[in-house]
Amino acid sequence: MLEINNLTVQIEDNRILNGLSLKVADGEVAAIMGPNGSGKSTLSYVIAGKEDYEVLDGEILLDGQNLLEMEADERAAAGVFLAFQYPLEIPGVGTMTFLKAALNAQRRARGEDELTTPDLIKRVNAAGETLEIKKDFLKRALNVGFSGGEKKRMEILQMALLEPKFCILDETDSGLDIDALRIVSEGVNTLRSKDRSFLVITHYQRLLNHIVPDTVHVMANGRIVKSGGKELALELEANGYADYRQEAA
Amino acid sequence: MTEVTQIRTAAETGLGDLFDRLKGGLPGDVAIREAALAGFRERGLPHRRVEEFKYFDLRALMREAAPPAERPNATEIAKAFNQAKAFASVPAYRLTFVNGHLAASLKEAESFPSGIEVVPFEQALGEGHPLLASLGRVEVAQGNPILELNTAFMNDGAVIRVAAGATPDQPIALRFVSAGETAFSTATRVLVVVEAGAKVTLIESHEGPDGLANQTNTAVEFVVGDGASVDHVRFNGEGADVLSLSTITATLGADVSFSTHNALIGSAAARHQVFLACKGENSTVRIDGISLLRGRQHADATLVVDHAVPHCTSRETFKTILDGETTGVFQGKIVVRPHAQKTDGGMKSDALLLSERASMNNKPELEIFADDVVCGHGATCGALDDELLFYLKSRGLPKAEAESLLLQAFVGPPIEAIEHEGVRDALVGRVEEWLAARR
Repeated sequence: MLEINNLTVQIEDNRILNGLSLKVADGEVAAIMGPNGSGKSTLSYVIAGKEDYEVLDGEILLDGQNLLEMEADERAAAGVFLAFQYPLEIPGVGTMTFLKAALNAQRRARGEDELTTPDLIKRVNAAGETLEIKKDFLKRALNVGFSGGEKKRMEILQMALLEPKFCILDETDSGLDIDALRIVSEGVNTLRSKDRSFLVITHYQRLLNHIVPDTVHVMANGRIVKSGGKELALELEANGYADYRQEAA
Repeated sequence: MTEVTQIRTAAETGLGDLFDRLKGGLPGDVAIREAALAGFRERGLPHRRVEEFKYFDLRALMREAAPPAERPNATEIAKAFNQAKAFASVPAYRLTFVNGHLAASLKEAESFPSGIEVVPFEQALGEGHPLLASLGRVEVAQGNPILELNTAFMNDGAVIRVAAGATPDQPIALRFVSAGETAFSTATRVLVVVEAGAKVTLIESHEGPDGLANQTNTAVEFVVGDGASVDHVRFNGEGADVLSLSTITATLGADVSFSTHNALIGSAAARHQVFLACKGENSTVRIDGISLLRGRQHADATLVVDHAVPHCTSRETFKTILDGETTGVFQGKIVVRPHAQKTDGGMKSDALLLSERASMNNKPELEIFADDVVCGHGATCGALDDELLFYLKSRGLPKAEAESLLLQAFVGPPIEAIEHEGVRDALVGRVEEWLAARR
């Protein structure tokens, strides 16, 4: 279970998160919606361990472990995964090389045996099939020359391989066409389990038709201002964020 | 008018005295040596006020002249052989030089296939070997102080002839290793004549122990006939205290494919120079280099490509990683002569600085006298991308491992361009060792 208490974060004297609290139970899919600039992406980066942010107050606990005391790679090994809004291209680093390095680094950190190349290939191929990723993509440099949709599918492939406990999807639907949205959502849905929870960050209710959330939270001005069930997303879609902007101000 | 008296450094005085003492015993025509030393006698060692040496002040770097290496004895040879590890995994026709001297009296060369002829340089000089006429003929290399010092002092090396049409099944490997207790200097010269239509890979490694402040000066000169193909890969894994000076020259005929790659990890200070002249049409040239620097290393890559005829293509790709308090230098010049139309030249130097105290000097130059050419150059200096590092860390890679992956990717392209798989893999191994030592 992920528990965020009173998280207060700034970047270069700009307060972005303002005493944010949130709980996501094991197996729960929590959606976070909110207007531009409400701090959604910052929240995802702070959970994953990006260094640019100054945490002034609060804590983030994953199964009782304080993530804020860990490096990004240690958080990954502890089970945190962030699917980036804009996955990065890494010229010169082969996709398979990268996947193997990542997977084995996490296994080493957890004291598990490293995976052999044939084992890895088997797992990658299996995951790649669900996500309709062409095999020759895996031979290319990571994300280089991939379309927006292909990059997002590669993020979900990594998620499937790394088997995290807590997954953050940061606007995974942005830049996806209808087919890609379906494929990515199916990829996520197959990973849903009672031990794994998700934080789905999105602007649009559309994604939540495919990945149906258990809870929906509205974020404005750096904190959660309303929480509810999946019907809250529909309400937002109909009425917009105007009420919450005012409420927060 | 006041008399200007030039003040000589200890190294300069030492080199002059050394030459006077040695010249009677050096093989071949002493007049050639005297002529080569004239520039040094007049100007001394090149220093930072000499444009080509602005970023590699040889006068400051060479404090004293180390005595020339004695011909090593059997024990030293045996000890040195064990140090030649760089390309040990590559099956090759090997020639080993210990402390600059061709070792084992050419026993190794007996296993060479027909089509490759090897003559010890000393012998070639002594008997006035006809191929030596092509030594030092690359115009853009003439007057170069490092090459001139080599010519003045050259005492050992080899003349290698690859016969017309020969395609040896393995690379020729020149292994330079050093051993001993006291610092020494070398002046080794290798002439490689690749006749028309031959295809050969030549690998060169320079290795030795830390703690010996040797001053090595090697020059490898290629004369490449029409339609021949030459791939040259050089590895500098010298000990951490060595002052390494090296020169490659190449004269290319028509329809030649020529590549030379310098991978540098070793030496305290190193200057690697390439002087290449396209003398026949439709030749393709690649000059590449990677330098991985740590501590207080200082490495200079200098090259001049002379497009003297039309329709030739040249590409230069240099990658430098600078850690600690290191200094990197890239100075590349592409010359396109008035009639060398349709020349296609492209030069690129990229540097990655891992430390605030490292510095890189890029100096690309184009001298174009023809009007129908495509030439370009580019240079970059930067640090590792924090966003990429975070992406990799967020996938579980610890910082050091993430950095290694990005650094490997950075130096990847010039290594991947090496055609010979075994040689390529060997260099990848050297890079991995360097990265592992960094963690």
